[in-house]
Amino acid sequence: MANEVAILGVGMHEWGKWGRNFVEYGVKAAKDALEDAGVGWRDIDFVAGGSTMRNGYPGYVSGATFAQALGWSGAKVASSYGACATGAQAIDSARAHILAGLCDVALVVGADAAPKGFFAPTGGDRPDDPDWLRFRLLGATNPIYFGLYARRRMEIFGATEEDFARVKVKNSRHGYTNPKARYKKMFTMEDVLASPMVSDPLRLLQICATSDGGAALVLSSMEYARRRTTDPVTIAAVSTVTPSFPNHVIEMPNFATDSAAATGLPETPFKDSIAKAAYEQAGLGPEDLDLAEVYDLSSALELDWYENIGLCPPGEAERLLNDGDTTLGGRVPVNTSGGLGCFGEAVPAQAMAQVCELTWQLRGQAAGRQVEGARVGLTVNQGLFGHGSSVIVKR
Amino acid sequence: MGAAKPRKPAIEGWFSMDADDPRLLGTRCTSCRTYFFPRETVFCRNPACSGTEFEEVPLSRRGTLWSFTNNCYPPPAPYVAPDPFEPYAIAAVELDEEKMVVLGQVVPGVATSDLKAGMEMELVIDTLFEDDEQEAMIWKWRPVAA
Repeated sequence: MANEVAILGVGMHEWGKWGRNFVEYGVKAAKDALEDAGVGWRDIDFVAGGSTMRNGYPGYVSGATFAQALGWSGAKVASSYGACATGAQAIDSARAHILAGLCDVALVVGADAAPKGFFAPTGGDRPDDPDWLRFRLLGATNPIYFGLYARRRMEIFGATEEDFARVKVKNSRHGYTNPKARYKKMFTMEDVLASPMVSDPLRLLQICATSDGGAALVLSSMEYARRRTTDPVTIAAVSTVTPSFPNHVIEMPNFATDSAAATGLPETPFKDSIAKAAYEQAGLGPEDLDLAEVYDLSSALELDWYENIGLCPPGEAERLLNDGDTTLGGRVPVNTSGGLGCFGEAVPAQAMAQVCELTWQLRGQAAGRQVEGARVGLTVNQGLFGHGSSVIVKR
Repeated sequence: MGAAKPRKPAIEGWFSMDADDPRLLGTRCTSCRTYFFPRETVFCRNPACSGTEFEEVPLSRRGTLWSFTNNCYPPPAPYVAPDPFEPYAIAAVELDEEKMVVLGQVVPGVATSDLKAGMEMELVIDTLFEDDEQEAMIWKWRPVAA
């Protein structure tokens, strides 16, 4: 099929808080991906790095940083940054080079060493930076935005604290045996509901942590793949769309939405448009999905995602969850990896990790959390400053 | 007894300090009539518009509560958190005429348990923090008295 690239190899450094340099995590993931692909580092034509904003200059030029750490080889390079969508932008960069015939085989790699506690803005006085101002003037941390969305579900759809807790419990069961997960612990409803409130209605165990981690993929043209393997897992779509004006849902790191007074609302709200663009590229729909990895920055946000990717109409997500549709064994398991609830967020590596999970699932290599016969999976996420991504993986 | 510290806006030009009718200060593109807050003054951000002229507009003082939450823990710098820290609520309020949702802290003494989506909220000016030189002021939302 036109516009597909092959995933020859994937690799991840276990997520955690290891206290080491981010480069190390990325190199480990890259070496694992290369070995998984059976491709040598010096055969890589193009390195697509996912950058990190919290590790100084080397983090901004991630592609070159990892290329140097692996050993300068003269490969072409590009570095991407798009908040939580960074990993998918890096994947898309490699994919575009391959589809344009500019390279045969590419390495995509991202890693982070994350701070403890709340993400804080870049240091110094930055009164022109909305990300600085939202802390300065409001104290609007990331969980504040997640809390607003969660409360909205309660007010409009009658969602309960127990619904949100059930997402965490489900994901903790999924991630319990995942060797790459940071938190390999099965939580009960009681555990979750007893954890301290952070941003009402969200409690500590319902908000994802920040983690160290690294992930990598080796992508190639279908022609290159066919010389080495039969039936590779492929990327059928990558969406990195921005919102359409006016973006009328309040989002990080903004003080206000756009105004719809003069223009009316866009046809598709931003969060719905992200997966929609991926479905259109792949010629598929939500009914085709065997599983999905969605960005559970909070456990309540996972419910919004069910609706945003078209698994059910608005207001029905809690029913999908409580009927078991999105639990392993159900109709369309969501976050079999364990999600951000089991990993915490390592920003540039996270979207790549979502694709790694789908790859292992489609290959039947997800022992302990396997979705039987999985052939089509979708990832989706959203990041601040208008970023979002979705990748469709097929076999 | 020293003089009271001067009250200064924590950020210039974003809101009026009028005690009787405090307003957020936005702009409106003269070509397409779209509102902007925070102010846009150079290029209109409506992609269908090439406007470069803006008029200053005070935004509606009242709106409808879209959602709310709170900070149970002190936010990190650059927020100046008082010690001891008191949890405070944050509200997202929808302005009817401007068709936009604006965030703001909720006035002290109003907890999330006092709030409900759909409530009418109004803008007030209150203290953000105090230091040696000034009382820094900021806009906040409070429920309109029933």
